[in-house]
Amino acid sequence: MRKIKVIIDGQGINCLEGQTILEVTKENGIDIPALCYHSDLKIKANCRMCLVEIKGRKGLHASCSTKAEPGMEIITESAKINRARKINLELIFAQHCEECDDCIWDFNCQLLKLAKKYGVDKTRFPNRKKGYPVYQFGPSIIFDSSKCIDCRNCVDVCHQQGVDFLKIKEKGHLFQVVPTKNEKKDCIYCGQCIVHCPVGAFEAVGEFEDVEKPLQDKDKTVVFQFAPAIRTSIGEEFGLPQGSIITEQLVAGIKKLGVDKVFDTSVGADFTTIEEANELAEKLEKETTPCFTSCCPSWVKFIEFYEPEFIPNLATTRSPQVILGGLIKTYWAGKENIDPKKITVVSIMPCVAKKYEIKKKELEIDGIKPVDYVLTTRELAYLFKKNKIDLAKISPQKIDEPLGIPSGAGVIYGASGGVVESALRTAYEKITKTELSNVEFKQVRGAKRIKKAVININGKSVKIAVVNGIGNAKKILEELKENPKLYDAVEVMACFGGCIGGGGQPVPVDKEIRQKRADGLYKIDNKEEIRLAHHNPIIKKVYNEFLNSKEIIHSICHTSYSPKEREVKI
Amino acid sequence: MSKDIIAKLKENELLGRGGAGFPAGLKWEMVKSAKAEKKYIICNCSEGEPEVFKDGFILENYPELVVEGIKIALETIGNSSAYIYLRKDYYEKFKSKLEELTKNLPIALFKKTGGYLSGEETTVFAAIENKRQEPRIKPPFPPQKGLFKCPTLINNAETFYHIAKIAKDEYKKTCFYSISGEMENKGVYELPEDWSIEQILKETKNFPEFDFFIQAGGGVSGEILLPSELDQPVKGLRAIIVFDRKKTDYFDLMKKWINFFLENNCDKCVPCREGVYRISEILEKNKIDKQLFNDIFFVLEETSFCSLGKGVVVPFRSLIKKLL
Repeated sequence: MRKIKVIIDGQGINCLEGQTILEVTKENGIDIPALCYHSDLKIKANCRMCLVEIKGRKGLHASCSTKAEPGMEIITESAKINRARKINLELIFAQHCEECDDCIWDFNCQLLKLAKKYGVDKTRFPNRKKGYPVYQFGPSIIFDSSKCIDCRNCVDVCHQQGVDFLKIKEKGHLFQVVPTKNEKKDCIYCGQCIVHCPVGAFEAVGEFEDVEKPLQDKDKTVVFQFAPAIRTSIGEEFGLPQGSIITEQLVAGIKKLGVDKVFDTSVGADFTTIEEANELAEKLEKETTPCFTSCCPSWVKFIEFYEPEFIPNLATTRSPQVILGGLIKTYWAGKENIDPKKITVVSIMPCVAKKYEIKKKELEIDGIKPVDYVLTTRELAYLFKKNKIDLAKISPQKIDEPLGIPSGAGVIYGASGGVVESALRTAYEKITKTELSNVEFKQVRGAKRIKKAVININGKSVKIAVVNGIGNAKKILEELKENPKLYDAVEVMACFGGCIGGGGQPVPVDKEIRQKRADGLYKIDNKEEIRLAHHNPIIKKVYNEFLNSKEIIHSICHTSYSPKEREVKI
Repeated sequence: MSKDIIAKLKENELLGRGGAGFPAGLKWEMVKSAKAEKKYIICNCSEGEPEVFKDGFILENYPELVVEGIKIALETIGNSSAYIYLRKDYYEKFKSKLEELTKNLPIALFKKTGGYLSGEETTVFAAIENKRQEPRIKPPFPPQKGLFKCPTLINNAETFYHIAKIAKDEYKKTCFYSISGEMENKGVYELPEDWSIEQILKETKNFPEFDFFIQAGGGVSGEILLPSELDQPVKGLRAIIVFDRKKTDYFDLMKKWINFFLENNCDKCVPCREGVYRISEILEKNKIDKQLFNDIFFVLEETSFCSLGKGVVVPFRSLIKKLL
């Protein structure tokens, strides 16, 4: 693209032709307020906050929808701009019932920051959304429509996910964002609406009310596990740079809450890798591919509800948190001589769909749930803050044995491509019976929404598709309907970038932030001595001592799927 | 003929008659020169504002000229097909006549529940594409990317009428005026485009003898003018509505306007959705809060997404200034 020069606030700035003014200002650290803008979404230009003046043109212009042109002279702050932003903000406040104590934006709230900056009278108009309904989507998401500012980011992102569960309903002279009543549609609980809402109208179920619940069972042994993606994202809640690796600070923080044991879900991921690699190897041998990953509960729900014909393609391997939870209540409970009924397993997940996953009946082992509670990254951060635990200041602490030390493969599960890469590392060695000289499969990494690769294993070409975002997964499914042999292995994560961009993760989030979180995970893997799941000593040990029969492996590590009816009730 | 029609449109300085007044020749040239496999032509007969009824008059009296104008467009612009976008009642009324005239031509009729919004051309695309009716970001402009993302020529019914006239060298720089309100001779009149409002009212024997004011342009979005301000042509949609000052309740009038905007705006952008709502909230109490109104007018005018939002201000500001 051609380089051009514009003048912003008197300063000459180089940019590319085709960039919007807002993109140019963002790149150059010039702050322009924007509420409905999100780099993941199409430009809508409806909040009318990102206003600028352009020399020689009448009126104010939305910088998100105006392209920079050669020689354009742009002003980003003036009395006129400030006045317009102030009034539009007052109009926005009048449709947003604040509940600032319980809001995922917490001290990051853009609305409050802008209100202060522009001297907004928040109560200039009576709030027109008083009494608007609150909806609950399964065990995962709460949508308080009285906080909604009608920017439609949630509707757009839900559409991008190919789900269209959220929609606009014309009501009287105005519209409302509502969940659809169409029985052929259902929420898949990905929570992308939560992290794309600029004003906190969406949150996890129990996000603020229930965080202490798991710690209240006094007579129980409380065991926490945390997902791969948490260690490079939770730091953001404590002012640390994006992508900071704080695994051991996280352990220390959890211990300070009075938790008995802290394990790592990445160890569970190593088990998932072994089982999924077996399934892939078997399907390749029997020529019954494609094999779909199954650790993302939103993806599983999507298949069960929208595309049940693909159920046979889903790996039956359970997700990492469920396998580890199961092992804690069986293998570890036996070692420690604790009654599994007296153990509370709490998973810290980047995800709100994981709250749904743990409620599945088919995961119970002899009537016992592998995991009792799921708290999101945000919820754990809130719990830390409530207990005055600051991860930026805490001294690191080692994680507990025996289920605390993962391979590098278990850690990269948190980024799109990580599951397939881990499975390939193990499947390759299993099938070829030779050691991998280079364990990195860089073709499947990165932020691209659809990544394709062909890997040669034992003279056989294994065709791989790695997808993040369900809307893109739908495209792959359509291709497979045409040609079932197009791919052998398909990894799908519902959230953009994989779990590092999950619906339970800190806000704000965008492509750059996701990249930094992912980079952190790959950095950890790169430094690990053991980078293949089946090389991990604890994995070998557990298979030797405990997971040594088909039946026991099945009950701890595998599950089944069935077509689903709509679950969300409105 | 197709070779020089664009030159003729330019020569005659024909401006679009949908309200915005964009030079027709230039628009045609842009669509013609756009590179694309497929192009569309739309004749907009949505006529959504109260007291504007000249397109209906033209469809009633000169449908063959409108279709002739569309035919010229089809010949001029390669790989094109056309829609006549009709308000619901116009569709019912003129369907059979238009079907007869467009037989064997690539011209389809499209029925839509009218709508003020269709004055914003990109909402017409949304309607035909079966999407929520709201304007799109411009650029790209319709000649670049319009209906189904193809280069699109969208002109008002009256524009096509005049184009047919220009092609036959019969164009006399006239316009159609919708004249209504407190008067004897309501109706649509074809008169020279540069005539002043006063001239038009006198010519049609509608110049009031009572104490009056008028609204000029659109029946809702038009500006309020006093008797001393009539020495100017009428702009926009060229409606002229006469009011008797003694018989007119200003609040009722303003409430009628704001309710129209409330019902007919698309609610996409903050100033138009929330601003219009707040004005109506205050007017309902038969009150005016000048500072607040000024603030809302300011953001409507300066920050609305489309020109219709910007236009909301015109009637209120002029009425408040001149009559209250």
